[in-house]
Amino acid sequence: MINVGIVGGSGYTGGELLRLLHFHPLVDVTQITSRQQAGRYVHTVHPNMRGISKLQFIHPDALQTCDVLFLCLPHGEAARQIDYYATLAPTIIDLSADFRLNTPEEYERWYGHPHPAPEWLARFIYGLPEVNRTLLRGAAYASGVGCNATAVNLALRPLIGLLDHAAIEIKVGSSEGGNSPNEGSHHPIRSGAVRTYKPTGHRHMAEIQMILGTDIQTHFAVTAIEMVRGIHLTAHCYFNQPQTEKDLWKLYRAAYRDEPFIRLVSGKTGLHRFPEPRIVAGTNYCDIGFEVDADGKHVVVIAALDNLGKGAAGSAVQCMNLMLGFDECMGLQFPGIYP
Amino acid sequence: MCPECDAELNIPADAMENEIIACPDCGAELEIISLNPLQLELAPEVEEDWGE
Repeated sequence: MINVGIVGGSGYTGGELLRLLHFHPLVDVTQITSRQQAGRYVHTVHPNMRGISKLQFIHPDALQTCDVLFLCLPHGEAARQIDYYATLAPTIIDLSADFRLNTPEEYERWYGHPHPAPEWLARFIYGLPEVNRTLLRGAAYASGVGCNATAVNLALRPLIGLLDHAAIEIKVGSSEGGNSPNEGSHHPIRSGAVRTYKPTGHRHMAEIQMILGTDIQTHFAVTAIEMVRGIHLTAHCYFNQPQTEKDLWKLYRAAYRDEPFIRLVSGKTGLHRFPEPRIVAGTNYCDIGFEVDADGKHVVVIAALDNLGKGAAGSAVQCMNLMLGFDECMGLQFPGIYP
Repeated sequence: MCPECDAELNIPADAMENEIIACPDCGAELEIISLNPLQLELAPEVEEDWGE
């Protein structure tokens, strides 16, 4: 068994991590921190853990050494204290955006301020197992992934080299905004919303360009809808040369046949022919489907994942499994609920 | 092979002509038109009725 600590465990990703790690057969979550909730039982903040976890939040200053630290802090905080955290654990997985990008220049370009610890950027592996599995094996430090970026990267990666451009619409649930209330999360504003809040220039574009490259012109807009968990992606992709439906099946099978958490969902029958967020809620799956238009030059790619699952905590646990040499799927096999 | 998505199909040894089998990947329902040689076609589907 390994001892794991969660730093910043009162947020939604911290709660999701606790839920996943609690049922991981080789993990013992021994400490979870929160400045505001120190002393309280975790179930007072994460009520699904009532009767399951007896942990109490501790103040970050009380953190002890452990085998693995998960950092679930607001963007910018992990980078400011990374030297300290590195003294506490040999393996660190940071779920914030602090260590996702390759260079300080890219970080400053997208996040608007200099990186607090630029010397650490090169030490972190971008935590998307489907792309960096080999690098993650045995690595000491991994970053989290942007949830919207993950949907785009997984959905379009098999099409690199074939695409001229892609226009992507992403519909997201309210939990993407975290657990701190703001004007936009106020119930009369958020309830029933279909509100496009970032038509261009989303920060996750940095991760998309890092993974897909800049040869493909990608544009994506993000729209908040009436949903708590989940991301639904619709990508209109335009090929250089016409493709058939069978060509697409061949490409996606080649890319994802052996991926344990990617499912191809392009059904010809039934109600659920294409990916839907609620089917993957609470899981580590990313479902991907497609349909080629009659002219063969335009394909609509559809994807769905749980922003707190595959888009955050699930991928982080998958990374930990790879980094420590565990079975990659350990603790992540919950299939979701239906209906 | 599935005529829709090229997935490999497992045709039961005791399959009969006109039997409907499903593709494990794309879910297409396929009718066995002939067994020798094997010939599959998309099974006719009841169209959804969206109203008036």
